[in-house]
Amino acid sequence: MAGPRYPRFDTLTLHAGQRPDPATGARAVPIFQTTSYVFKDTDHAAAIFNGERPGHVYSRISNPTNAVLEERIAALEGGVGAIATASGQAAMHLAITTLMGAGSHIVSSRSLYGGSHNLLSYTLPRFGIETTFVDPRAPAAFADALLPNTRLIFAETLGNPGLDVLDIPAIADIAHDAGIPLLIDSTFTTPYLCKPFEHGADLLFHSATKFLGGHGIAIGGLLVDSGRFDWPGTDKFPTLTEPYAGFHDLVFAEEFGPAAFIARARKEGARDFGACMSPTTAFHILQGIETLPLRIQRHIDNTRKLVAHLDAHPAVDTVIYPELAGHPDHELCKRLLPRGAGAVFSFVIKGGHTAGRKFIEGLQVFSHLANVGDAKSLVIHPASTTHHRMDTDALHAAGISAGMVRLSVGLEDPDDLMEDLDRGLYASQK
Amino acid sequence: MKLTINNESIYVYTGAKSLAPDRDTIVFIHGAGLDHTVWLLQSRYCAHHGWNVMALDLPGHGRSNGPALTDIESMADWVVQLLDSLDIEQAAVVGHSMGSLVTLETGARHPQRVTRIALLGTSLPLAVSEPLLTAAQTNDHHAFDMITLWGHGHAARLGGHPVPGMWMIGNTLRLLERSRPGVLYADLRACNQYQTGLDSAQQISCPVLLVMARQDRMTPVAVAEELIHSIRNPHTVILDDCGHLMLAEQPDQVLDALKSFLSAGPN
Ligand SMILES: Cc1ncc(COP(=O)(O)O)c(C=O)c1O
Repeated sequence: MAGPRYPRFDTLTLHAGQRPDPATGARAVPIFQTTSYVFKDTDHAAAIFNGERPGHVYSRISNPTNAVLEERIAALEGGVGAIATASGQAAMHLAITTLMGAGSHIVSSRSLYGGSHNLLSYTLPRFGIETTFVDPRAPAAFADALLPNTRLIFAETLGNPGLDVLDIPAIADIAHDAGIPLLIDSTFTTPYLCKPFEHGADLLFHSATKFLGGHGIAIGGLLVDSGRFDWPGTDKFPTLTEPYAGFHDLVFAEEFGPAAFIARARKEGARDFGACMSPTTAFHILQGIETLPLRIQRHIDNTRKLVAHLDAHPAVDTVIYPELAGHPDHELCKRLLPRGAGAVFSFVIKGGHTAGRKFIEGLQVFSHLANVGDAKSLVIHPASTTHHRMDTDALHAAGISAGMVRLSVGLEDPDDLMEDLDRGLYASQK
Repeated sequence: MKLTINNESIYVYTGAKSLAPDRDTIVFIHGAGLDHTVWLLQSRYCAHHGWNVMALDLPGHGRSNGPALTDIESMADWVVQLLDSLDIEQAAVVGHSMGSLVTLETGARHPQRVTRIALLGTSLPLAVSEPLLTAAQTNDHHAFDMITLWGHGHAARLGGHPVPGMWMIGNTLRLLERSRPGVLYADLRACNQYQTGLDSAQQISCPVLLVMARQDRMTPVAVAEELIHSIRNPHTVILDDCGHLMLAEQPDQVLDALKSFLSAGPN
């Protein structure tokens, strides 16, 4: 194609959403640490309040630093817009509450981050929203679980912690045949490894706390709208297709067209639930995104080395990583995650629960904590921590065994990491 | 608001308000392959500041049914049919890109129905490049890419949307992707084949505003010069650092230009 081209991914990670500050010329994104914004006059104030002119009113609803981050992630994902939230959990909650209320139903993968599982399983039912959990490896199970009041299908790109690769195109087709959107938790892959919208997903969120921020210093979430779902094509989403008394009878799908969902999420959810991101956090996450391609590539390179090392280690029973030929999603992984299957993986030590504990206690470089996606390497024992609320059957269904250890591979020298794993494995077998 | 014209269901955005007989009316006409949502901010402002607003979806666009009209003259006559069906005697007409040609032609063909016209992102001829036309004809996604890339100014291609959290490139692309097969081609061909614009411009007796953008590659300022000279008393506004899709890139500046023009006295 002659003429201009879209800026490419690595350029967008540095520039999307920002122009040098018009007031000062600052090249970096300034931290606008302010709660509120002075109006030019009363007409200007009324027009911003009523959505007739663009602008900021109050930082719970929007903020200039956050807006850069929101635009940047929307650009990287290929969406129409985004909202920065207080955490990944807040982003997921905002997505659900924007779409539905009491009496609704969700079909979800059962292979989820523990916190997401809690929200769907125990908390949302108190508010009248029920969830059916299904095996993410069986697309037909999603279709079978649909009910007349199902309003959403939800899953992670890479299941936690079994690393099931989601067949996004197949699940998106099932959702669209049912006239409902597919929401994806894209935390483990980031847009560098997978862009769910290109595979048919309609909405996605990140725990930006993880690889997007990348340094383990700030909790945050990002909810992104692809702008593709045809809300007026169904009567299932009155929040988007019927007049909203909370904003002068505005009909979001009529006013905002492709951006109806993200507009409602801001005008209602950000305003009323209030789980906003601090501008300083937005700045930290932007710093992370600026080096996303470099960091994720190094995360992947290190992960591949450790996976190969552990796979050949006599004290290791199995390594669970989709790039390994024995992983059930190996072919799907090649198709959907050609750049790599992330930097979080699990393996099972010979010797079960006790060996697992000794392994973790024998490590010196890996940090034992409940997080993933830090620049530093991390380790945890899911059965006793992140997934401790699950009984044995649920653990088994989620693919978690007593001796399973989860690693989040950081950016250290891979030889130091390998030596550390050897140290732990030696301790585990004594 | 939904209504029926030529047996087809037609959608007109009114700012979630009913039209009041004692108010002046503004008709907003979108560009090729687009719909009323491009006027989101400007139309909403006017609807809440004393005007009747009719941001229409042309036949086959947005939420309006029917086949797309294939020439600018029919579109202009259709706009007047719309006014007739609502018993609106006179209106100000504002159009962007293809909509600006429809606006001009409405003013020329139906002078008694139009109080003033505003032409945004306009030029004569409004020539459509061969690669774009060919891509549109085959419903090739490249057509949407070309409009999105050529339509935005340099800086806007990296964002900086005035509406917090919105990614302009994504929104333009999604809007074009929503157009029904063949509609963009019908629109672009209508623009390309519209040859009588300069004559029409000479017939216009009502006040005319032209809003142009320095980085407009689709209707460059230079190509609008002959049009400007053909108009009796043109008011012109040129936006710096802005591309063709000015309604999203500089919504406030566009609104301010419209507001002072539409609120001014008879000339
Ligand atoms: C896959 C996944 N989704 C969501 C979350 C929740 O994000 P946050 O901790 O930012 O609320 C996490 C956090 O561990 C996660 O790993």
